[in-house]
Order: sequence, then structure tokens, then C-alpha cells
Amino acid sequence: MIIGVPKETLAGERRVAATPTSVAQLVKLGFNVVVESGAGNEASLTDDQYVAAGASIADSAKVWESDIIYKVNAPNNEEIPNLKDGATLVSFIYPAQNPDLVASLSTKNINVLAMDMVPRISRAQSMDALSSMANIGGYRAVIEAAHHFGRFFTGQITAAGKVPPAKVLIIGAGVAGLAAIGTANSLGAIVRAFDTRLEVAEQIESMGGQFLKLEFAADEDGSTSGGYAKVMSDEFIQAEMALFAAQAKEVDIIVTTALIPGKPAPKLISKEMVDSMKPGSVIVDMAAQAGGNCEYTVPGQLHVTESGVKIIGFTDLPGRLPTQSSEMYATNLLNLAKLLCKEKDGNINIDFEDVVLRNMSVIHNGDVTFPPPQISVSAAPVKKEAAPVAEVKEKKPSNAKYIFGILGVLLLGWMGYSSPPEFLGHFTVFSLAIIVGYYVVWNVTHALHTPLMSVTNAISGIILIGALLQITGEMSAITVLAFIGILVATINVVGGFTVTQRMLKMFSRD
Amino acid sequence: MNHGLVTAAYIIAAILFVLSLAGLSKQETAKRGNKFGIAGMAIALIATLTSADPSAFIYILIAMVIGGAIGARLALKVAMTEMPQMVALLHSFVGLAAVLVGYNTFLKLMGAAHVDEAMLTIELVEIYLGVFIGAITLTGSLVAFGKLQGTVSSKALTLPGKNLLNIIALAATIVLMVFFIQQEGNLIILAVMTAIALLFGIHLVASIGGADMPVVISMLNSYSGWAAAAAGFMLTNDLLIVTGSLVGSSGAILSYIMCKAMNRSFISVILGGFGNKPAAKGEAEEMGEYKEMKPDEVAELLKSSNSIIITPGYGMAVAQAQYPVADMTRKLREKGIEVRFGIHPVAGRLPGHMNVLLAEAKIPYDIVLEMDEINEDFPSTDTVLVIGANDTVNPSAQEDPNSPIAGMPVLEVWKAHNVVSFKRSMNTGYAGVENPLFYKENNFMCFGDAKNTMEEILKAL
Repeated sequence: MIIGVPKETLAGERRVAATPTSVAQLVKLGFNVVVESGAGNEASLTDDQYVAAGASIADSAKVWESDIIYKVNAPNNEEIPNLKDGATLVSFIYPAQNPDLVASLSTKNINVLAMDMVPRISRAQSMDALSSMANIGGYRAVIEAAHHFGRFFTGQITAAGKVPPAKVLIIGAGVAGLAAIGTANSLGAIVRAFDTRLEVAEQIESMGGQFLKLEFAADEDGSTSGGYAKVMSDEFIQAEMALFAAQAKEVDIIVTTALIPGKPAPKLISKEMVDSMKPGSVIVDMAAQAGGNCEYTVPGQLHVTESGVKIIGFTDLPGRLPTQSSEMYATNLLNLAKLLCKEKDGNINIDFEDVVLRNMSVIHNGDVTFPPPQISVSAAPVKKEAAPVAEVKEKKPSNAKYIFGILGVLLLGWMGYSSPPEFLGHFTVFSLAIIVGYYVVWNVTHALHTPLMSVTNAISGIILIGALLQITGEMSAITVLAFIGILVATINVVGGFTVTQRMLKMFSRD
Repeated sequence: MNHGLVTAAYIIAAILFVLSLAGLSKQETAKRGNKFGIAGMAIALIATLTSADPSAFIYILIAMVIGGAIGARLALKVAMTEMPQMVALLHSFVGLAAVLVGYNTFLKLMGAAHVDEAMLTIELVEIYLGVFIGAITLTGSLVAFGKLQGTVSSKALTLPGKNLLNIIALAATIVLMVFFIQQEGNLIILAVMTAIALLFGIHLVASIGGADMPVVISMLNSYSGWAAAAAGFMLTNDLLIVTGSLVGSSGAILSYIMCKAMNRSFISVILGGFGNKPAAKGEAEEMGEYKEMKPDEVAELLKSSNSIIITPGYGMAVAQAQYPVADMTRKLREKGIEVRFGIHPVAGRLPGHMNVLLAEAKIPYDIVLEMDEINEDFPSTDTVLVIGANDTVNPSAQEDPNSPIAGMPVLEVWKAHNVVSFKRSMNTGYAGVENPLFYKENNFMCFGDAKNTMEEILKAL
């Protein structure tokens, strides 16, 4: 089958859906690849490179005749009629936000796979274009902020004076947020981050950020089983707003990445908050496309407020690193091709049994298949359900303990009543030794388990003295048995201690 | 010797044994601990010899010389990788000795002229229990030895009505004990019970899978202690009682610690009931593709890392790869790269097995850390080398609630930036569970015998 890669027509789009590297791999899978002339120009990928990788170069009309169309952006109204009957289109679609687009695509007998609908399960990670683009976007957001910020990110003490480090607040710790945290951190800034999902605190810290936790009565967790955030309660939002207002006065740079799937972006940074920021501060609103997290945001533009705060509303952050984002997007598409074409014979099969493909499919043979049935990816909710079970379990042994305790006391009472005192004396020794054993061993270092076991093994060879006490000079069954007993017990004693010694000799400190 | 002096010697020996076990719980005092143990044993033996039958000295001498020679030879010859088998084998000797001492006490008791009735009952119970525990220890240890050595299949044996068999064996033992006491001792009953206990021991350990052997060995260690304590009661010897119960309780605690590390129920292990959980098949979803890396590429990756954690497993022991691993560690550390080891509590076939092997290869123990100490550091680690480990680094323990190993604490290696897994093939680990780690984005597979691969990496460094 032929894969066609048209030049992107959306204004300002610099990405392309295939790179020479991905083309070479697609050809290996058995596909023929046709790239529109000049498609990679903006991403510094020349036609010659594509040809060298095994693609053919053609004009727009020829490319649109392909069986499979790999694109970045959804086709526009001029392009849709160009799709041939039975073709498969793969691009970003955002079907929930663009019902009109889905409707006009469904007038044709085609298949449409939305790259923005890759489910967040580990197996599909290699195709998750939203993540790979968000990663680039997060990086670029910090670079843009640094570009428009009038100071260093890192603190320095120089002969020309002391420079304080920039303080960066990242809102939303998804892939983009985490990438932004990492980038800002590596530039030397002090990075704080906030997210409604408590489970990401660890991830924030791992990227070098500080997690801002809300002082909020009920522990509300904003994670959903789909791996994205949900809408929070009113009280929660109030507390959140108070936190942002306090932070706004302090920080130099805010990067917002808060998106709720299928809904307009939540307004998190009010005009008052922006006005309270220091002049020269920068806000990068990565949610600009969905309306923006900041009330001042103008999508697609840099807006400077009267108080001198710059608000960056660029909607093409990944596209501003065209080569990098083309590479990653092309790799996502390549991995999709591998899933579609398991036989490596250049033919694709959109298998609805596969949850990944089922989820991505928007139109199948001309029928709208969106929205797909739900699948769950996040492990967190399962934990919650497990918790009450654990509590019940914990309670049981505590009751059992009392019962055993009472039984034990009764048993001891009976034994004391019916046994000769001599036996009781031994029994005292026995009980105390057990307790000593317990305390002695309880804190053993894990590394020493083996030597400890072999030394206790050697010591248990003390049974030797039992046999020693039984052996007599005269030849009898007792003597023979005791003789064997002494022999094997000695093997144990000598063997156990020697092995322990050998092992311990090897443990050395640096 | 004066009876009081013997008792005093016994007290000293008992104190030395306690100090020995206490010493063994820390690296710094471990060697001293072993010496205390040896001293305690020597004092106990000398004191006992003075009260033994002088006419039997020649037999004692012969037995101890032969036994000592065999023991020393075994201990000096054994390779560190075979340590688990060795310990299992030694346990069986204690079990055998306990059985023999039990029979001897019985024979002596039957030969005695007159015994107080209450005392007789107690002694009979002691003999009965001592032989019972000793016999279980004997055959159980031998089966464990066979499994570890590979002469017996390491798979869990599942006889039909396995639990019922165990219950019948226990019930028969108790019934026989009642008869045994009523008849004021009967050699045939004792022999029948011994046979049952021997079979019981075989079944108990045979029905536990190879992966759980660390717990089994520790449990047998505990049993051998109880056997010695029972012998102490028979012989009214306090030193035997003290030492036996010390070993018994410490072994039990050790098994408990290990069970906790594996998230298993202690009771079900002690009763041998847990190796037989039907292993749920890996989920229907296929795992996707894995990426391969050649040894020289691994070397490049290592050179460009700042921090490395190595998580070894049984595969390293099998391949004897600890020496090249140690050389590699030294080289990397000379380059100023931080190298540490993360050890899962149940890595290997014996608790602390990995530590012993790494120590053998002269890897300083202060860079060898436990799971709990190192788990938090994975996200900030550049590269993790998983050498022959599988189940102990399996993310499904945390991610897949249906996995047979769900809930078991594991080393969170997948949180590191890069993971290289060294394996011979894509086969599953001991638990028979698929490992999604190998298909993760940041994981690379490096196939081949761990030792050869490590040597190639070493060359490339």
C-alpha cells in the first residue's frame, strides 16, 4: 500500500508527518511512501533526503491519491474531497472538539485514526503523539519564557553583583508540565509545581520541582481512571485560587498546562493575579488553544499587560522545534504502522479487537465510531478499593491474638498444675530462650541472612551433646545410634562454623 | 567434673550463643559473632565430655574426627553459589541426629527400672515430639537440597487432596501419640510415627515451589532448632533447651521477615501450603516489542551515566557473573561514576544470597543496599543494570492487580532513565509471570550468558 505524506497547509505549521528515518523503516515494512515536494522544508528535511531513504517525491494531487495519508493536522475542507475512496487518514483530529470535521469526514467512505486518541496504556506509549508533542511543548514553553524574561534563570554571585535565581511556577504536571519542570530546573531556576492529582507529587520531585500541596480539609484527588485530570469541587478550586494568588506575587514565571479533556481550559490565573506580578514577569499559557488558563491570554500571540507582564499564548509550541517534533511524531506514526501491519507485507488491518486501534478509530468504512468504549489505565483507583479490605484483615489477627493469649495462659495453668516442678524449670528456660532469640534476630541486616542462618545451623548442632551423653563404652544399639548421632552432628557443627567463617571473611568495607 | 561446674560452663556457652546471634545481626560485629559461637560450642563440648562415659571416649573421638573432617571438607570445598544446598544438607544432619537421640532416649527409658508416672508421660511426649520434628527436618532438608541442587524438580508438587494428606498425617500422629502414652511406650508405634513424619517432611517441602526455597530453608532451620530443644527436654539438659529454642525462634523470625518481604502469609508457608497457588496466566494482552542493545552499546551508555544501580538476581549466580560485575564496578567507580547495588530481599535462592556472592567478588558492602534503602533513588538514576533478575523487578506486582505476584514489593527499576536487562532469553522468571518491564520504553534487552556479556562490556570500557 502507498503512504502519502502531504505538505501541511495550516498557517504556521512547520512539522511534517514523516522523516527520512521513518520513511526508511516504513519501506522496510513493505509500504511505498510518497512525499509531497517540499513537505519537510520547514523542518530542515530536504526532498533529496527523502529520496535517499526510499520515498518518491510527487505533487500534492498525486500524494492525496495514496491509500494511507499520514498528516500532522486534520485536513481542511479543500483537502477532504481529495481523499480517495477506501483511504485511511491518520492525523490529529480532536473528534470531541471538532464534530463538524468528523461529520464532513464521514461523508466519505474512509477510515480515520486520530493520533490524539491513543489510549494511555503502556503498550501504546510508543504511539502517544500527545505525550511526545507535550514533551517538546513543555521544553519550548520554558525556552520561550527564558527568551522573554529579562534575567538569568540561575542564581549567580559575580563581581558585578548578585543575581537571584528565577522562580518558576508550573501548573499541571502532565507530560508537558514535567518537561517544563525539568527544563526550568536544568536552567537553574527554583521550580514549584502544582497539580490536582496527588499521585504526581513524586514525579514532580523526581524532575527537580517542589510540589505545592493544598492545605485542604478533605483530601480530594483529581486523577481519573483515564490518566487525566477531572473537574474539581468548588471549595477545592477556591483553595487552589488562593494558592495561585499567593504564588503570583512571588514567582517570576508561570507556565500553565491545565487541560481537561473535551472541555474548555479552566481559568486559573485571573487578571488580578497577573496584575499583582512583578513587571517583566512572563506567563506561558500552554492551554491557549483550548481558551487558555489565564484571563489575559490571546491565543497564538504574545500579549503584554499594562503592568508589563508578558503573556505568551502561542499555540504552536511543539512546531517551534520543527525538526524535533517531526522526528518524534514520525516515530509515533511509524510505531502505529508496525501495529497496523503485523505481517510486514505493506498491508494494514484496523483490528477492532485491539483496544489501542479501537480507541483511535474515529471513522471506520465511513461509519462514525467515536466515542470509543471506555478503558481504564490508571492504577491509583484500584489501590483505594483495596484499602478497606486491608483494614478488615488487620482487625482479625488482633482478635485472634487475644484468643491465643487466653488459650496460652490456660494451657500453661494446666501444665503447671499437672507437671512435676522439674519439668517446669526447664520450661521456664525454654520460654525465655525463645524470647531472647526473637529480640536478638529481629534487627538482623538483610545482607547477613545467609551467614546468620549458617551460624544458627552450626549452633543447632548442639544436639551433639545429647548424643555425647548417651554413648557408652559397651557395644549396644544405643551406642551405635549415638555414634552415628555424634558423627553427623559434628559434620554440622564443623561445617556450619567453617562456612560462616568463609562467608564473613569476604564481607569487606571499601 | 563437678556438676555445678558443668552447669556454669553451660551458662557461659548459652551466653556466648546469644552473643553470637546478636553479633551476626550487624556487619561490623559479624566475625566476632561467629567466634563467640565457636567458643560457646567448644566450652559446651568440653564440659559435656567430662560428664560423658569415659569408656566411650574412643568411639567419641573416632566419630568426631570423621564428622569433623567431612564437615570441614564440605565447607571448604563448596562454591558460594551452592551455599543454599550446603545449608539445606547440614540441616538434615541435625534432623537425623535428633531422631537418633530420640530413639536412644526411648531405649534407655525402656531399660530403666522405675520411673515416676507423671515424669514418664512427659518424657514420652518429649521423645515423641523430638523424633517427629527431627524426622520432618531430615527429609524436608534432603528434598530442599535436591531441589536446589537440581536433582529433584523444583516445581511445586501437587498431589490430589494435598491439604487433606497433610491433615491426615497430623491427625494420625496425634492419635498414635495417645496410644504411645497409654501403652507407656511402644517401639512399633514410635517407628510407624517416624515413617509418617519422614513422608510428611518430603511432602511438605516437595509441595513448595523452587522460588520459595529461601523461606523453606529458614523454616527448616527453625525446625532443626525445635528438634534440638525437644532433645534438651528429654535429656533434661538446659543448654540444649536454650540453644534449641534460640535457633528455633530465630529461624522462625527470619522466615517471617522473608515472608513479609515477599508479601506471603507466614502461616501458609510454615504449613507448606503456598507453593501451590494456581499460577494465573499472564493477561491476554500481548506485551508488544522489546528493544535490544549490544554489549558495546551498553558500555557507551554506562560511560555516559553519572549514577548506576545494579540489581542482580539468581541469573547472576548461575552465570557466575559476579567477578566481571565486580571488575566493571571498580572500573566505573574509578571514572568517578556512582555505582551501587540494589538487592531485593528474596533475590537468589537464599536470603542474602546476592550479598554473599557480591562479597565474594570483593564488592565493598557499603555500596550494596537493600530494596527499601534504594527504591527511592531509581527516578534520579541514569542507568539500571538488571542482571539475571526477573520477578523482583516486575512492575506488574504494582500495576496489575490480577498478577500472581501482585502486592509483592519490588525494585522499581523502571523509574530510572534507562534500564538494561541481561537475560538469556525472553523466558519468564521463577514465578512464571510475564514481565512488562522488558517491553517498557526505557528498557533495553541484552541477551546472552551474563558472564560473557559482562566480560564484553568490560572490554569495551
